[in-house]
Amino acid sequence: MSSATEPATEIRYIDALNAGMATAIEEDERVVLIGIDVGASGGIFRVTKGLFDRFGPERVIDTPISEMGFVGAAVGAAMTGLRPIVEIMFMDFVGVCMDPILNQAAKLRYMTAGALEIPVVFRMQTGAGKSAGAQHSQSLEAWFAHIPGLKVVMPATVADARDLLLESVRDPNPVVFVENRRLYASKGDVEADPLPLGKARVAQAGDDVTVVTWGQMLRRCLAAADEGPASLEVIDLRSLVPLDMETVIESVQRTGRLLIVHEAVQDFGAGAEIAARVGDQLFDELRTPVRRLGAPSVPMPFSPDLERALLPTSKAISAAAQALKAEG
Amino acid sequence: MALIRAFETRVAELYRDGEIPGFVHTSLGQEAVAAGVGGALQDDDYIATTHRGHGHCLARGMDVNGMMAELFARGEGLCHGKGGSMHVADPSQGVLGANAIVGASLPLAVGAGMSSKLLGQGRVAVAFFGEGAVNQGAFHEAANLAAIWDLPTILVCENNVYAEFSDSRTLTRVPSIVERAASYGIEAAIVDGNDVDAVYRRTIDAAARCRDGRGPFLIEAETYRWHGHYEGDAQPYKPEGESEEWREKDPLEISAARLLRSGEAGAEELEGIRAEASERVESAIERARELPAPDPEEAYADVFGD
Repeated sequence: MSSATEPATEIRYIDALNAGMATAIEEDERVVLIGIDVGASGGIFRVTKGLFDRFGPERVIDTPISEMGFVGAAVGAAMTGLRPIVEIMFMDFVGVCMDPILNQAAKLRYMTAGALEIPVVFRMQTGAGKSAGAQHSQSLEAWFAHIPGLKVVMPATVADARDLLLESVRDPNPVVFVENRRLYASKGDVEADPLPLGKARVAQAGDDVTVVTWGQMLRRCLAAADEGPASLEVIDLRSLVPLDMETVIESVQRTGRLLIVHEAVQDFGAGAEIAARVGDQLFDELRTPVRRLGAPSVPMPFSPDLERALLPTSKAISAAAQALKAEG
Repeated sequence: MALIRAFETRVAELYRDGEIPGFVHTSLGQEAVAAGVGGALQDDDYIATTHRGHGHCLARGMDVNGMMAELFARGEGLCHGKGGSMHVADPSQGVLGANAIVGASLPLAVGAGMSSKLLGQGRVAVAFFGEGAVNQGAFHEAANLAAIWDLPTILVCENNVYAEFSDSRTLTRVPSIVERAASYGIEAAIVDGNDVDAVYRRTIDAAARCRDGRGPFLIEAETYRWHGHYEGDAQPYKPEGESEEWREKDPLEISAARLLRSGEAGAEELEGIRAEASERVESAIERARELPAPDPEEAYADVFGD
């Protein structure tokens, strides 16, 4: 992982996001940042700190608490020449503004046979494990991946926080960009030669079990890989749409075993889609059934102890991987 | 107005006869709002409209042949058969689309107003919506944003009395849309929505305000939906005699009478305008009937751009 390099060059995930936005606003006069308290105050998590002072109120725009209005306006602005980055403070809040994402941004290019382009980035953050309760902790990426016309990007590393954000802004399509606030303080290097959006990264090479993951769970999967003795190949998908099945298939062809790990609720999650595709393509090459490890299908509770009981731990990931190896 | 009347009349018949698939919502009786607003806008202004949007699109100069082909679900339709009646659009004419979600036009037009203001374009963005949409959160949030950001956005409410099957006056304690605008600090005016000159003049003023940087304006155009919510709706909810009363206030007849009185047009000229509109629509229908269905591959195109 990139954290093994010189500490002096390391920055935090949150700073990488900030740098990505700064570059995006600087390089293209059509890029604006819109959201609740993203401006003068620098954001509830300080992700947008300094951008208002640097770029001014016409490029970094504070809004009322009015997501349906400003998310819809961002989509309308994207249809007419701007390239907005719109922040939805918590992913859970997207429930009050789904229409502009679901019915407008995702569909208007298609319904106009390509006459409308909608280059908008919906930034939102999730991250269970901080006692934020059931309405501030949900990982809903599968919702968006299920809607044709949206890209769904989930950076797990510092480098991707910057590079995938920049690529998302440059993309001509609507992108749901899911940050994980548990990663905000994590440190790492930015890369000189980033992988493109749509390519998965083999975060750790291994021979026995392929572990596919994204977001916060990448760190736990890497920790599980360190535990051994089974040799795990850990793949960070980086985006659910586009989904880089090529990298996954190539790996599972070698290992014959697949474990999918995500923070989101396991039932009807994105892991099921990946499992189905691998089953379709590699049925005869699999040594064991495909396994998934996600949160149980209950709302995320408030108590830290209860929360810990629900989220996949590196120990649980390791145990699941060892069990797969033992199975066949 | 004559073109909209001819288009909507024939579309209702074609839908009844099964030549046009899907859902169709016509704007018969509301032509003066579309024509008055459309005529007052400049070529590069934007409109975002509703499920009842054919008239607005035609008044913006959208191609009759392309629209009819789209309603017929042909591959050469304006949206290649992927939009249909509820989603006809032509950004090259500033039309950001008809929209099948009630209230959705409002935030989109606010966004178009943002683009115009931030990019210094001097364009005006119009949101068409019905009075049924003002109980949606989208109306309130969009109105507030347009106001606090002083956007060049005109909110045009076509008050046609009915929100789908329900009398809108029974759905709120504040039936006046103008009063609602006031609660957001937006200046507003009621206009006779069946009087195309009145709508035109009011829109000219509102657009001038927008271009002067004085922020949004709301126009409440009082009109009436002659047909049902959708074609095929038998409208048992309308009181007896109401439709007949409103048909007496036919916007085309009001306009024709005025032109004849003032001598600006003669009966023959007016008849000629209607005949030409009818010919354009019939020719579009004939053409659409002959066009092939879309290539099945078309279904997979335009989900994402490169």
